[in-house]
Amino acid sequence: MAKNFLTAENFAKLESVIEAHKDMQGPLMPVLHEAQHIFGAIPMAVQKVISEKLNVPLAEIYGVVTFYSQFTLEPKGDFLISVCLGTACYVKGSQKLIDKITELTGVSVGTTSADGKFSLEATRCIGACGLAPVMTVNDDVYGRLVVEDVPGIIAKYQG
Amino acid sequence: MKNVTITINGNQYAVPSDLTVLEAARTVGIDIPTLCFLKDINEVGACRVCVVEVEGARALQASCVLPVREGMVVKTNNQRVRNARKTTVELILANHNRECTTCVRSKNCELQSVSEELGIRDIRYTGAKREGKYDNFSHSIVRDSSKCILCGRCVSACKNVQGIGILDFVNRGFETTVGPAFEVSMKDAPCIYCGQCMVVCPVGALTEKPAIDKVWDALEDPKKHVIVQSAPAVRAALGEEFGYPIGTNVTGKLASALRNLGFDKIFDTNWAADVTIMEEGTELLGRLQNGGKLPMITSCSPGWVRFIEFNYPDLLDHLSSCKSPQNMFGALAKSYYAEKNNIDPKDIFVVSVMPCTSKKSEIERPELAVEGVRDVDVSITTRELARMIKEARMEFDKLEDGTFDPFMGDYSGAGVIFGATGGVMEAAIRTVADVLTGEDLENVDYTAVRGVEGIKEATVNIAGKDIKVAVAHNTKNAAIILDKIRAGEADYHFVEIMACPGGCVNGGGQPIQPASVRNVIDIRAERAKALYSEDAALTVRKSHKNPEIKRLYDEYLGEPNSHKAHDLLHTHYYAREKYPVQD
Repeated sequence: MAKNFLTAENFAKLESVIEAHKDMQGPLMPVLHEAQHIFGAIPMAVQKVISEKLNVPLAEIYGVVTFYSQFTLEPKGDFLISVCLGTACYVKGSQKLIDKITELTGVSVGTTSADGKFSLEATRCIGACGLAPVMTVNDDVYGRLVVEDVPGIIAKYQG
Repeated sequence: MKNVTITINGNQYAVPSDLTVLEAARTVGIDIPTLCFLKDINEVGACRVCVVEVEGARALQASCVLPVREGMVVKTNNQRVRNARKTTVELILANHNRECTTCVRSKNCELQSVSEELGIRDIRYTGAKREGKYDNFSHSIVRDSSKCILCGRCVSACKNVQGIGILDFVNRGFETTVGPAFEVSMKDAPCIYCGQCMVVCPVGALTEKPAIDKVWDALEDPKKHVIVQSAPAVRAALGEEFGYPIGTNVTGKLASALRNLGFDKIFDTNWAADVTIMEEGTELLGRLQNGGKLPMITSCSPGWVRFIEFNYPDLLDHLSSCKSPQNMFGALAKSYYAEKNNIDPKDIFVVSVMPCTSKKSEIERPELAVEGVRDVDVSITTRELARMIKEARMEFDKLEDGTFDPFMGDYSGAGVIFGATGGVMEAAIRTVADVLTGEDLENVDYTAVRGVEGIKEATVNIAGKDIKVAVAHNTKNAAIILDKIRAGEADYHFVEIMACPGGCVNGGGQPIQPASVRNVIDIRAERAKALYSEDAALTVRKSHKNPEIKRLYDEYLGEPNSHKAHDLLHTHYYAREKYPVQD
């Protein structure tokens, strides 16, 4: 991972979040939410701090992090590419979009590129079936796509 | 307690209002099958094997977590209930590695039992199976998730009983497994290897790392002089593997079985327990007289030692420097015994039979060797010894009562009770009291430190001096004592801590009793009785009165805590980091 997200500044933020929550009942979930927000992920180094300060076993924290899909162990790339695999998008060929993205960026579904630029995920229906097949890159939405559109979109973010 | 009236299978019963439906049914002789349920440890209603039909409720209810209430009408055995139970168990079996014929838990498996009891003859489901993970990298524990049924007993035993929490549920839905954080090996987790997860596991998902083959190989090797030592708690439980009631003392048959297996010498860790008392008692007197670090805490239990190394490294100087009896025995077998019998220590092979799975890792600690020769070569559990006896086709119940060999097999009653919580403390007080008073005190029963209460405290007045002691068993209780010490609120002089609930008699290497037994019998207390009754029957009940101990010091070690004793019998500890982060 090229980006250093485990900065002293982020850990200082985490400490104050833990401090604010540690005396409440069930502090783990709110602290994890904040941690995900601060670091963009909750890797072992972050979980260990939470485990020690909240006195919750690391295995329990790891269990919660792996249970909820909103929590991640590794940070997402700068650009999160989400391709809808809902029914409408799927029958309109969104799998082919995924294959092309993987071919161009080297990133397979659920992973992040080595340079930290792109992450790729397959999503369920995002409610834009009229635009099927749909993909998003961060907050940008692209609809009614064909495979030939993909290289141009990727190029915009490759910079 | 108020009673309520409930109807079970058409008959009315008055039952105490604080029972669950499962308990109420059992009190009136109606058995409801269970699988995940384990009294006081895992009462979560996860597996749905104990479902019953309750009038007015739409779905079937898990009886293990369903409180009784006035007027409740329950059916435990109609077609709907039987079918639901069968379907549930079939689904569990469909995702279970069913290599029962080669599984170490075959014939002592609660999944196998419930499947047989429910009459399952076919598994209709042939869908995907969760990918299993097999981890045998530690010296103590083998984790095979292909057999795990996600009952959660190990999670609870580790987190709630022991207060550690190495294992937990990971992932979600069909991908759910039970394992350590970040799915590291048990070798790399801050696990103390107490094995309490294994003795509650209903199946073969958590088992000891087997070492029997190394023992058979050594016994076949004509160049090796193979010595066996058996820990105090082994005799209190081995009989269970051969159908004896829990709490039967089988010392005599144990000695005969070991002899039949072909060991060159049959010795007893009890003897080494007596040595431990001499060394540890002297260390305590030294600390009391010279202003040493107090309280001093025992160091016999390797699970406990790992616990403090991982969790309270700042308190390590409270630990006695004494090696555990297992390793004292090994060190003396390869020095004292070797010298007296003119045997090269390198040719001596020491096997220990222990109620413990952490002992398997303890013997691998790098510092537990003298001049490159390991103190102990192989450590097997009580369960593994039972397997060897079965493999050797011995009829255990027909064995004559034998005796251990003299020299390192003679022991006092003090050595015997090491296997129960409070035993080391009592044994130590017996000797320390004689030393401080200069008398041979008649009363040796210090009952205040006996029993299965989590933390016991007592003040013993010896020769006009008050000695404050505490005894804790299981690491959750240990942590309470350590927190007090850390906060400067503990004024104890001496503390005994054992990692396992009840002490070694309930160690992770002991015979596994199913929930059906554990729900109704306190196996900790029953097994402890077997040790206290042997102690009471012995004429020598103080370690320092054991003639073989006197001989050891007269002819070899000199004084307790002598230079030689320190070289052979004392050790040191390390602060260990939990989950070191790798970059």
